[in-house]
This record gives sequence, C-alpha cells and structure tokens, in this order.
Amino acid sequence: MSEKRATREAYGATLIELANEGLPVVAVDADLSGSTTTAKFASAYPDRHFNVGIAEQNMIGTAAGLAVEGKIAFTGSFAVFATGRAYDQIRNTVCYSGLDVKVAPTHAGITVGPDGGSHQMLEDIALMRVLPGMRVLVPADVVAAREAIRVAAATPGPFYIRLGRAAVPVIYDDDYTFELGRARVLRSGVHVTLVACGVMVEQALTAAEQLELDGIHAEVIDAATIKPLDAATITASALRTGAVVTCEEHSVIGGLGSAVAEALGELAPVPLARVGVRDVFGTSGEPAELMEHFGLTATDIAASARELLARKR
Amino acid sequence: MTDAARIAAIEAKAARMRYDIVEMIAEAGSGHPGGSLSAADIVATLYFHVLRHDPARPDWPERDRFVLSKGHAAPVLYAALAEAGYLGRDHLKTLRKLGSMLQGHPDCQKCAGVEVSTGSLGQGLAIANGMALALRLDENPARVFCLLGDGELQEGEVWEAAMFAPHHGLGNVTAIVDHNGLQIDGACSEVMCLGGVAEKWAAFGWEVRETSGHDVEGLLDALTEPPADPAVPVVVVAYTVKGKGVSFMEGDAGWHGKAPSAEQTATALAELGAALEAAGSTSASATEGGAR
Repeated sequence: MSEKRATREAYGATLIELANEGLPVVAVDADLSGSTTTAKFASAYPDRHFNVGIAEQNMIGTAAGLAVEGKIAFTGSFAVFATGRAYDQIRNTVCYSGLDVKVAPTHAGITVGPDGGSHQMLEDIALMRVLPGMRVLVPADVVAAREAIRVAAATPGPFYIRLGRAAVPVIYDDDYTFELGRARVLRSGVHVTLVACGVMVEQALTAAEQLELDGIHAEVIDAATIKPLDAATITASALRTGAVVTCEEHSVIGGLGSAVAEALGELAPVPLARVGVRDVFGTSGEPAELMEHFGLTATDIAASARELLARKR
Repeated sequence: MTDAARIAAIEAKAARMRYDIVEMIAEAGSGHPGGSLSAADIVATLYFHVLRHDPARPDWPERDRFVLSKGHAAPVLYAALAEAGYLGRDHLKTLRKLGSMLQGHPDCQKCAGVEVSTGSLGQGLAIANGMALALRLDENPARVFCLLGDGELQEGEVWEAAMFAPHHGLGNVTAIVDHNGLQIDGACSEVMCLGGVAEKWAAFGWEVRETSGHDVEGLLDALTEPPADPAVPVVVVAYTVKGKGVSFMEGDAGWHGKAPSAEQTATALAELGAALEAAGSTSASATEGGAR
C-alpha cells in the first residue's frame, strides 16, 4: 500500500484499452476532459470523443443517443454536475430507456478538497442507487477502478462508476478481478465487520490494524458494488461478528450505510454504526484535513467499532 | 404518383391519424389531444413520405430515425405507427392502460418503432444529436428527425443541443418545431415569451425554414429540400394550430392535456370523420402512400 494513484487515472487509460480491443466505446465530456483524464482518450481516438461544452444535461442526452445506436457511451464531468445537474436526463432517458450509458464522473466526495461544499458531492450514490436499472460501483483504488470500468463496458445497461480526484494507496494486485454484485472480504475477523467502499477501504484496513492492537479482530469487506449489493456476503459476516460499521465518503443518508442497513434490517439485524458525512454540506480544506473534520479517518472508524462492541455486549 | 396525389395521400393519412388520436384519448380517459392534433400533418408527412423506413423491420440499420421530443404527443406517434403497420390497430384502444405497449409517453422498451423513451421535455434533440454522431461514425447515411414543441423550447437543454449540432457539423439532423403558440398555462408569449423562434435557431447556426405545419406541400418542401451546406443542420419551424381539426379544441390551451367527454367525443369524431371522408375521396386514386 505504498504507491498512491487517483482512481480517475484509470478512466481515460481504460477507455483507450477498451477501444484498442475493438469495443465501440465513445466518450462525451463537458469541458473537463483534462480533469477526468479523457483527454488521453481524445488524443488516441479523436473521432470517438465529443465535447459538449459546459452543458451536462446535453452531455447525458448526447451519450444516450450514441447508446441508442449501439455505442458504449461513457460520460465524465465532476460527480456533482454529472449526477445532480443531469439527474432528470439520467432518469428519464438513460435508465427509462435502459441505455448503455456509463456515468463515470471524477472528483466525488470531500476529497476533492479546497473547492468546497459546492463541489463536494456527497449524495451521488444515493441519487444513482434509487434509479431502476442503475448499477452503482465505487472502486477503492486505481486497479479496482480499471476493472470496474471494464466490467461496466462489458455489461449492457446503465452504470454509475464513482471516481475520485485525490491519489489513494493502491490496494490491489494486477490479478484483481472485479465481479459485479460481489463484495470482497479483505481481512477476516470475528468481533466486528467493517464494510467500506471507495477511498474508505484504505481507512477501514488501517482501522482494523488499530483495533487488532486492542485484541479486536475486525473483518474488512470492500463493497465496491453498492448496487446490486452483495447482501449475502455482508449479512453472513454480520451474523458471524454480530456488529457492523459502514464506512463511506458520502452522506450516511442513502449511500452504502443505508444500503447495508436495509440488507441487515431484512436479513440479519445486528447493531450497526454508520461512518460518513452526517447530513451537512462539505467545506473548503485539504482532503486529509476534511477527512478528520468530518470524522472519516481510520481512527474514527476504530472508535465507532469500539462503541458498537460495547452495545453488542 | 403525381405531387397532387402524394399530397392528397398524406392528407388522408393525417385525417385518419387525427380520428385515431381523439378516439384513443377518449377511450383512455386522459391524454394530450391539443399537441397531438397540431402535429398530425407533420408526423404524417414524415412517416408517409419523408422517412426512409420499413415497418416490417423496425431495426433496419439504415432507417431514418424519428425522435418525438414532445413526448406527451405520444398519440400522434402511435397513430402513425399503427397506420404504417408497426403495430396492430387494436392496440390503439389500450393507450395508457395497464399492460399496454402504448404508455402515456413513448416507451422504447415496450413499443417497437419508438426509437427512444421521451416525456421529460427538452431532452429529445440532444438524443437525436447523439444518434446522428453515431450514424456518422458508422458511415450510415440515415438521417435523424426530431420533433419539438414550442413550449418545450423554454428548457435550457434544447439550446445546449441547438448549440451542439452545428458545432459538430450534424447535417444529418433535422429539427422540427411544432409552433402552436400554446402551453399548459396559456399562450407561450404570456407564460414565457419565446421571442423570435426562427431567429433564435438561426443565431445558433441552423438553416431555418418556415412553413405552415398544416400545409403538406410546404412541409414536403421544407423536409426534403437538401440543405445549402450539407454540414449544417436544418430546422423547420412549422406554424400550427393546437387542437387542429376539432372545432372546439382549436386554439384552446385547455385542451393541452385532457380527454373529451362522451358528448364532446361524439362531436369531435363527427367532425374528424367528415374530414376523413373528404380526404379519402380526394386521395381515392392515391393508394401508394406509406413507407418507401
């Protein structure tokens, strides 16, 4: 876990790979192709890259039209604009028509940093998760991001792939494979289950190490597929450990914590704590400062786990 | 077929579609007659002369595409699809009913011949542009036609898409504005003035053509004349009357989105039936119509 790379780095590079392999991928951007890394794809495949300008609704609509005609259409932008500004287009055109559009924005969550609350999208997982037919992927590192993009390209229908701006440690080896709807147990434990996604997987792994020092053996699960959620793996773990902490760089309302709570509530009610942003907007600051400010660090996760264990006993 | 016979045949199709529109909305008990009737001549001209399509093969790759951006006018599309043979006429009476392929707004996953689902206003032209990009990429000569309502032009996305098409040289796109001047709350000019519609499209770089949307000859000219520059998209601003063909619906915003009562239906169908009969007699010798 020494090398650090942003998940967004996988975006443009993987699109080039897919095009090289003969897939009919196209990319539609809204004036952010440098930030989203599709500029690389645009250089490699200029006739398959379309810039709509600063017009995210049009970006989704144009991508939808490309998908109607058999293209695998990827759209970029920042998560806040890609989902919030174009929600109706994603709902009524992409999902309602069941189109092969992959919404893969970057700069999600508070780790976008100093741009502040207007740009720190903390509701996107909730917005996308509720759409019929939409699959929601939150890869933990650049390797997982690459594989998530490949799976989305190979699977017909709408996908949301949440990518980040900030560099995060590389967790997975090159032999990692992404399975749609499968959560991955990264570390086995018996006392508490930590279910994380995205940049929080690294924090959960570190939290598990901290807990280990107290003799608490935490199980860590990377729930990279928020929808369809791997309820079987998560509830099986919950029934073994008897306590679950969810960890997300997102609002605790509607995201991973909600999805896990729904699964546990129906299948395996155990004490649950949700680490995430608690119904407030983001604020300017450096990513590491913000992780502390909003209580999303490994130390915060470990503290939640300890409190939860007290409740369990 | 002579031009006169072709025009008469299209007019007869439009008359049939108007009758079907009112009949299916009356049967459904809800729907949007005003904007369906205003667009009948436009859609009939498209389906029964302009579009290259084959109802026996809705997925024929080289077919011209039609996107109904003003999705609430679904009945006019369904009437055309039935008349063209995409769906059996018996489906028309299932409009808006549970289990029907004819949803309140077009659903491409339920109804063959519907290229893409629409209903949330302002989204069709962007989709049409995307389709046109893909067709060009595939060196497919098919064209994309997109019908918009005038009230719909108040949506910002329309102008995002209007900016996009000329910028990307989408000469294979034709937009058509059903300019009937009315929206739900009243006259467009009073609810939110559109200003000069033709001037706006021209300012965005489109080749603008204006015609009466009820003059089939004018529509044929506007929709078939090649553009001066093949890389410039064409927009046809078609001036229409909302509720066209039903005396008590014409020009009345109140008929945007409600079904007629039994008595009103009888009156409307009597008027439309007479028009259908008249159109049928003038096009009696013109039996060629239909898909090419």
